[in-house]
Amino acid sequence: MAHIKLLNEELPGIVGLLNYRPETAKPLLDLAETLLRGDSTLSSGEREIIAASVSYWNGCHFCHTSHAAAAAAHLKSGIGLIDDIKAGLPTTPVSDKLRALLHIAHQVQRNGKNVTDEDIATARSEGATDIEIHDTVLIAAAFCMYNRYVDGLGTWAPGPNEAYTEMGERMAHVGYGKF
Amino acid sequence: MPHINLPNEFPGIRSLFMFRPETAAPLNALVQTLLHNPHPTLSAGERELIATYVSRLNTCKYCCNIHGAIAQHQLGNKPEIVQQVLVNPETAPISSKLKALLKIAAKVQSGGKNVTEGDVALARAEGATDIEIHDTVLIAAAFCMYNRYVDGLATWQPDDINLYDKMGEQRAREGYLTPPFKVVGSAQ
Repeated sequence: MAHIKLLNEELPGIVGLLNYRPETAKPLLDLAETLLRGDSTLSSGEREIIAASVSYWNGCHFCHTSHAAAAAAHLKSGIGLIDDIKAGLPTTPVSDKLRALLHIAHQVQRNGKNVTDEDIATARSEGATDIEIHDTVLIAAAFCMYNRYVDGLGTWAPGPNEAYTEMGERMAHVGYGKF
Repeated sequence: MPHINLPNEFPGIRSLFMFRPETAAPLNALVQTLLHNPHPTLSAGERELIATYVSRLNTCKYCCNIHGAIAQHQLGNKPEIVQQVLVNPETAPISSKLKALLKIAAKVQSGGKNVTEGDVALARAEGATDIEIHDTVLIAAAFCMYNRYVDGLATWQPDDINLYDKMGEQRAREGYLTPPFKVVGSAQ
């Protein structure tokens, strides 16, 4: 049970929190929509992989599984992607640029200061632009927020990967704040 | 030097807001809602103290200094409140409820799952409401984002404490949505 009395305790993860406090839900959803589905040279599938990876490193089951399911929906990869993200994407074909950006995201997940000039140079040598580097850092930082919000208030989350398939489809193709 | 090419007449997060207006809008709306807009029970100064404290725990100089300055202006311009919260919230001149909320904020900073039922029960025993607990967790979580954003792109973070005082006075009065002033002589 959550640490606070939610208006609808059947809603999982962040969904129950967004429903509880509409004033903060609006900017939180607008941010997710812009970061993950807004105009970008990174595909939405790539950006959802960054979000899901950071959430996994933060140990947030709800955010990891739901955003990995969203990535799977964008990439039409099947939900095997959920576990592949946990393992560091050994079987999913991703670009070297995305791998370099994921490394930056991992540094941000630990602390912003961990990002080194060398990390940035490696991403650039794989073709990453300033905006892609910016968006990677901000996606990683934002999921350090969403993950703490979801876990810090003790929300519940469905267990099995299969329970997230439909949610992932909606996140990918309908969007955030349009459920 | 910043990791990407940012406008150099604005420090910290303001340079990032200028670089990417699309993400600046929801980020700024969130901080305005969390820290400045009217709240049923927590004052703006109390909320700024939570933001300042979490920014210190994340070692983000810009965020800690600017929110510390805003908090100071919100709290009757007494610098000792902010200073003592940063040294040790337990002995700072703040309410027992705020001390309990700062404990929750510190747990969130180290990892959301670290918040225990005991932490929440303690805050409740000191009079904290569900909305106060919710907002404390979200403020702490949000500053784990803002701090990483500002540090992760190696933004310019000035040392001049008078500059933070001037910027903090503006934000305490106007909130977050008005344009920032340019910082002169910001050669990096």
